[in-house]
Amino acid sequence: MAAAAASPSRELTQNPLQKTWEPYDNGLPAGHSAQRGVCMTNCPTLIVMVGLPARGKTYISKKLTRYLNWIGVPTKEFNVGQYRRDLVKKYKSFEFFLPDNEEGLKIRKQCALAALNDVRQYLSEENGHVAVFDATNTTRERRETIYKFGEENGYKTFFVESVCVDPEVIAANIVQVKLGSPDYVDCSNDEATEDFMKRIECYKNSYETLDETLDKDLSYIKIMDVGRSYLVNRVMDHIQSRIVYYLMNIHVTPRSIYLCRHGESELNLKGRIGGDPGLSVRGKEFAKSLAQFINEQNIKDLKVWTSQMKRTIQTAEALGVPYEQWKVLNEIDAGVCEEMTYEEIQENYPLEFALRDQDKYRYRYPKGESYEDLVQRLEPVIMELERQENVLVICHQAVMRCLLAYFLDKPAEQLPYLKCPLHTVLKLTPVAYGCKVESIFLNVEAVNTHRDKPENVDISRPPEEALVTVPAHQ
Amino acid sequence: MQVCMTNCPTLIVMVGLPARGKTYISKKLTRYLNWIGVPTKEFNVGQYRRDLVKKYKSFEFFLPDNEEGLKIRKQCALAALNDVRQYLSEENGHVAVFDATNTTRERRETIYKFGEENGYKTFFVESVCVDPEVIAANIVQVKLGSPDYVDCSNDEATEDFMKRIECYKNSYETLDETLDKDLSYIKIMDVGRSYLVNRVMDHIQSRIVYYLMNIHVTPRSIYLCRHGESELNLKGRIGGDPGLSVRGKEFAKSLAQFINEQNIKDLKVWTSQMKRTIQTAEALGVPYEQWKVLNEIDAGVCEEMTYEEIQENYPLEFALRDQDKYRYRYPKGESYEDLVQRLEPVIMELERQENVLVICHQAVMRCLLAYFLDKPAEQLPYLKCPLHTVLKLTPVAYGCKVESIFLNVEAVNTHRDKPENVGVDRSREEALRTVPNHL
Repeated sequence: MAAAAASPSRELTQNPLQKTWEPYDNGLPAGHSAQRGVCMTNCPTLIVMVGLPARGKTYISKKLTRYLNWIGVPTKEFNVGQYRRDLVKKYKSFEFFLPDNEEGLKIRKQCALAALNDVRQYLSEENGHVAVFDATNTTRERRETIYKFGEENGYKTFFVESVCVDPEVIAANIVQVKLGSPDYVDCSNDEATEDFMKRIECYKNSYETLDETLDKDLSYIKIMDVGRSYLVNRVMDHIQSRIVYYLMNIHVTPRSIYLCRHGESELNLKGRIGGDPGLSVRGKEFAKSLAQFINEQNIKDLKVWTSQMKRTIQTAEALGVPYEQWKVLNEIDAGVCEEMTYEEIQENYPLEFALRDQDKYRYRYPKGESYEDLVQRLEPVIMELERQENVLVICHQAVMRCLLAYFLDKPAEQLPYLKCPLHTVLKLTPVAYGCKVESIFLNVEAVNTHRDKPENVDISRPPEEALVTVPAHQ
Repeated sequence: MQVCMTNCPTLIVMVGLPARGKTYISKKLTRYLNWIGVPTKEFNVGQYRRDLVKKYKSFEFFLPDNEEGLKIRKQCALAALNDVRQYLSEENGHVAVFDATNTTRERRETIYKFGEENGYKTFFVESVCVDPEVIAANIVQVKLGSPDYVDCSNDEATEDFMKRIECYKNSYETLDETLDKDLSYIKIMDVGRSYLVNRVMDHIQSRIVYYLMNIHVTPRSIYLCRHGESELNLKGRIGGDPGLSVRGKEFAKSLAQFINEQNIKDLKVWTSQMKRTIQTAEALGVPYEQWKVLNEIDAGVCEEMTYEEIQENYPLEFALRDQDKYRYRYPKGESYEDLVQRLEPVIMELERQENVLVICHQAVMRCLLAYFLDKPAEQLPYLKCPLHTVLKLTPVAYGCKVESIFLNVEAVNTHRDKPENVGVDRSREEALRTVPNHL
């Protein structure tokens, strides 16, 4: 960022959507004030995966990409295997990967270059901040090529290597993600496994792991035995530090995360937002149903988390088990609109109401918060959820939307409209590269609190058009 | 969930030759953990030795065949471990940092067993460094001024200390990837160039690793100041989002001049997202980053009130706040305790950065200052952070040098001391006695 001379004519104006103060020079937006959304990356980052097949590279690539996008860092993954599948329509056998297969080598190199070209377009032309280059990259020579590519383009390169020798882990990976691969769509499980094991062998002879001495000037993390230990070298900046922290907190132990809202509250019944009300009669019934549901699920070592608002705590109380209260799980702060109905917001703040519909993710209530703010405050919750195993999070509508968007990889535009109805538990179970979702309605009626985006989001719209999607209430 | 609830206490065991930064890391880590609310205490075995053997003679005390020396050193280690046990098992400590060389596998096994017997989780932190320049710099920074060398010249002290290091080298068994594969540890190499991390067991160990991987020893300074005087400051009102007063704008110009004169290399400037800090930064004419988490404490229902109005409308709240200003949360607002939790990412990024100027607010600045100056929760909300005064913090030895620079533009005083009477039945006058003057 260039420094500008101090100019007395620079005026601060508050952005009506995000309520942030921005400098204007003679009526035009002036530069050099940056919002620290989360981590401002100055030059783009190229993350390069390293490792034999079935070591979790794609699992890590996808998960890391999902996390970075959720915290607001535009990230994209580039899977070279996918480029190969697009080029060579039909996979025949492991022989494609034999080190002396000239044709195979030529195609694989072509795919790697095509992927790097797309990386360059994403980072240098499309405002991407981070690209994850997902391939084996098992030779020092290949890594040097990529590193030079990064240097030429002004990217910081960070290597992520996964090293694993445990045959049980590798076998489990093959079952989880290889048997269902497009490469093996016409094979039996046994045929696929046999072929894949031979595929791994093709790489082993030429595999040069990241070395403490030979690679001492590179920035990297070496993950050993699915996270038992890590070697971290030359972390260069904030984003690399966050990436390392994240990678050191994730695990692959099977578990489920249960998300739900508090039981229906007194203010829910009246169509009012926010506040710190207690549960309604039906809300209390839900709490009892939740207790029964949790018992029946017979979950091992379940942790229960709530916010510090009365309605989530009341809900947890019915479970009869210890629970932890997190202030950061509190519902979005609606500022001056706290405890209002949508009708009252339209009445008193029609402009605000319209701005919110125009960009619900970035819109910040006056003296309140935005969904974007929520995501930043929930990041420690996500980090701890990654560390934990079985957890039940009893929270709130906006908060639950943010957490759900992280697990289901929903972009910012969709996040504020995710459906999180009262009295419904979402059970999330990691599977393969994603997350299985089971939605369980606990059979206690409640009001609907979901307001869809109306057709007319213009500030000049009449009240009826603004309120057409407001759900019914007392 | 304040921050990290530790179920069983954690015993952190430092490992490394002398002058590898063990005590530096111990003290810094202890300071950080206490600040985020995890009761932590360090136990420096060298200090136990100094208390027992009144006068240090020479490195010969540390020779591996000095029976008398070995006996005393073992005695000190056991005394320190006993105090660890008392702190963790009887005094509600969560984390103890056992600061000694612990360079043999045998010694570490003894300590590990001690941990197991008492139900502690043990986490080793080893610092490995072979760079002679770093070691020489450490000796200058923290050894020459040690009580051990109070009667020696610098040359004598350095020579003796180098021989002291030699005493440990032959028996030094570094943490080994194979032999120690079942232990939980972080090995820090070359002052943070690389790290080997093994078997992180829980949340607190994960946070400790993250912290240790973000700190550095590159010399730098951190500048803390508040926004210039605001229109609400003049009226004795708290919070809100006002602009600068006339004098506040003058301060901003003085700050620009001050920063220029300091000639700081690659200075980063951070503000909150409130108008008054941004207006202040604008005068500097350099890029700045806005952090929402640097916003002033949210006074909830008391926002924009004077203390007189708070006493008038919420006398009970006002008294409760005086009774425990750190933990007190404004209705629909925040507490200092909440502030610390929200500021933790700022501290983490300040540790990563080099020269930074943070333009913030009174309560926020108190929290940040308490971290750097190791002030406990009881004192934090009463730290003096007057308007128009820059605090320049420079890490030195095991702590932080503070220079306070008043930029010569008058401003109201916004510091309200704790009054004598904090009872809920106190009179209005008693409650308002310490309120500073305002319009």
